[in-house]
Amino acid sequence: MNHEKHLTELRVMIARHRRWDRLFLVTGIIALMIAMLVFFALLIGMIIDGMPRLTSDFFTSFPSRRPEAAGILSAWVGTTLVMLVTAIAAVPLGISAGVYLEEYAPKNLLTEIIEINVTNLAGVPSIIYGLLALGLFVYQLGLGQSILAAGLTLALLILPVVIVATREAIRSIPVSIREGAYALGATKWQTVSDHILPYSSAGILTGVIIGLARAIGETAPIITIGALTFIAFLPASPVQGDFPFLSFEWLMAPFTVMPIQMFNWVSRPEEAFQLNAAAAGLVLVVMTLVMNGLAIYLRYNLRKKIKW
Amino acid sequence: MKFSRRDDSKPENMKVSVQSMNKGNGAVPAPRRLQHSFRRNIKERIIESILFLSALFSVFITFAIVYMLISESMVFFEHVSLREFLTDTQWTPLFDDAHYGILPLISGTVVSSAVALIVALPLGTIIAIYLSEFAPFSVREIAKPFLELLGGIPTVVYGYFALLFVTPLLQSIFPGLPGFSLLSAGLVMGIMIIPYVSSMTEDAMRSVPMHLREGSYATGATRFQTAVKVVVPASLSGIAAAYILGISRAVGETMVVAIAAGMQPNLTWNPAEPAATITTYIVQVSLGDLPHGSLGYQTIFAAGLTLLLITLIFNILGHLLRKYYREVY
Repeated sequence: MNHEKHLTELRVMIARHRRWDRLFLVTGIIALMIAMLVFFALLIGMIIDGMPRLTSDFFTSFPSRRPEAAGILSAWVGTTLVMLVTAIAAVPLGISAGVYLEEYAPKNLLTEIIEINVTNLAGVPSIIYGLLALGLFVYQLGLGQSILAAGLTLALLILPVVIVATREAIRSIPVSIREGAYALGATKWQTVSDHILPYSSAGILTGVIIGLARAIGETAPIITIGALTFIAFLPASPVQGDFPFLSFEWLMAPFTVMPIQMFNWVSRPEEAFQLNAAAAGLVLVVMTLVMNGLAIYLRYNLRKKIKW
Repeated sequence: MKFSRRDDSKPENMKVSVQSMNKGNGAVPAPRRLQHSFRRNIKERIIESILFLSALFSVFITFAIVYMLISESMVFFEHVSLREFLTDTQWTPLFDDAHYGILPLISGTVVSSAVALIVALPLGTIIAIYLSEFAPFSVREIAKPFLELLGGIPTVVYGYFALLFVTPLLQSIFPGLPGFSLLSAGLVMGIMIIPYVSSMTEDAMRSVPMHLREGSYATGATRFQTAVKVVVPASLSGIAAAYILGISRAVGETMVVAIAAGMQPNLTWNPAEPAATITTYIVQVSLGDLPHGSLGYQTIFAAGLTLLLITLIFNILGHLLRKYYREVY
């Protein structure tokens, strides 16, 4: 009698726990669905509003006071040039710092400070980098509101991303590779340049792409350095027809970038401009999705192919 | 250096080549050999120094940030007392009747971050538990990159979404809601932060060793019981770090609030009102052209310093939490 009572109690308890288990399973799926739903709502809303504006004229016209004639020529040219500066500044610096911390750094206080510092830098809000750039690049170094100043600002911003990616890529290379190189009499730098860097290049590339994808969408630091929002001309071409063929005049040119152009259009009350904002946003989202997708694909392939 | 006997069998040949190499090396006068390795060492040293300087550069960035914010703020605090800055309830630095109380900006920041965190922390945690403990492999393989893409969307696009999609939607539910509100900005910010919270939380939970779960299952626990009573407590330090990261993201977020919450400083704790945050004030000033060196120009550095201090407190808190709650398996 007593036995059976216990058994039914136990069964009730088990059933209750199973119910909770299923309930959570459903909650989890719903939570994931909410995130997906928002993503698609955002994308589809922007496609409906922006798609009709996405003609070839939109890419080849300057911004204008008339919404139907406005385009993103100066914005995408500006974004390309700023990204070029960012990549040139951040990639070598980030990779060297990553290599140092992973391969050279002795275990001491200074190394620890540098490591904690890199982690902290990744958590600093982007607008703070904008304030640094405003004080340092724009005024103290006298670069003004130029492509160079913006590119360097974003380079500082993505430096931690590149450093962390480099370190992770290098860390996954087994010690035996290094020992093999040393056994043949290679110096540290020969080991690094002939073995460590080539083997970690795909991982580093993934990190660089993710960093640049983040930099493309950054708006706040660029606004903070005081970038103009109405630019109806292009910077001087880097390639010139006459001697010396290369010109660096564009580095000091005023500019606009995609997210700034979009912000400018979003903040206008006229609805026609907001359609332009949707179109610009669509281009921006496609850019970042392609870059992030490429990074995910690279990482996925890397994980499958490399067997030490 | 030539091989003298080419027609020999292989092992023999190698031996000879090694011998002749030795001979060749021996023929080089000692000073030149030393010189060679000296040059090699110098090159190694130079490269190491360059790499070291690159690593040190990140410390320089931190110092530059702190120096820039403090030096400009010092000038600001010569004109405005710290007491006024912390207790005045109005922030109108650009008006004729200027007030410099940071409180309205802080209230905007706190309210918008709170709304965002109410969305992001529960949803992020649930998604993380689901992906780590419940989801089959195939779902995880699709959901993780998808969340990563969601986290990669530019914030200005989220701002557009908040202003032109979420606000009208909310207005159809709450008819009195103004066109700019902390609520809609905070909600979208919350969605934006979900991927950061969920991916870090999931990483922490997946690093809990399998045998702890197996032990739990062996005593008859369900997946939900295992998740809540074994995996979550074991990964608490990582989850805390993920939450802290989420908080400092929300506090430092700029574009969503700048676009969707209006930019009027407003001392309020009501999310249905428009207000400015610390970050949107900086954006607002930067959009106009204030002369370099004016008091208005220095206010954005004082606001920035406040923001940096707030995020710094959270970062240190996260560091301590990680240190004290670290589980050793």
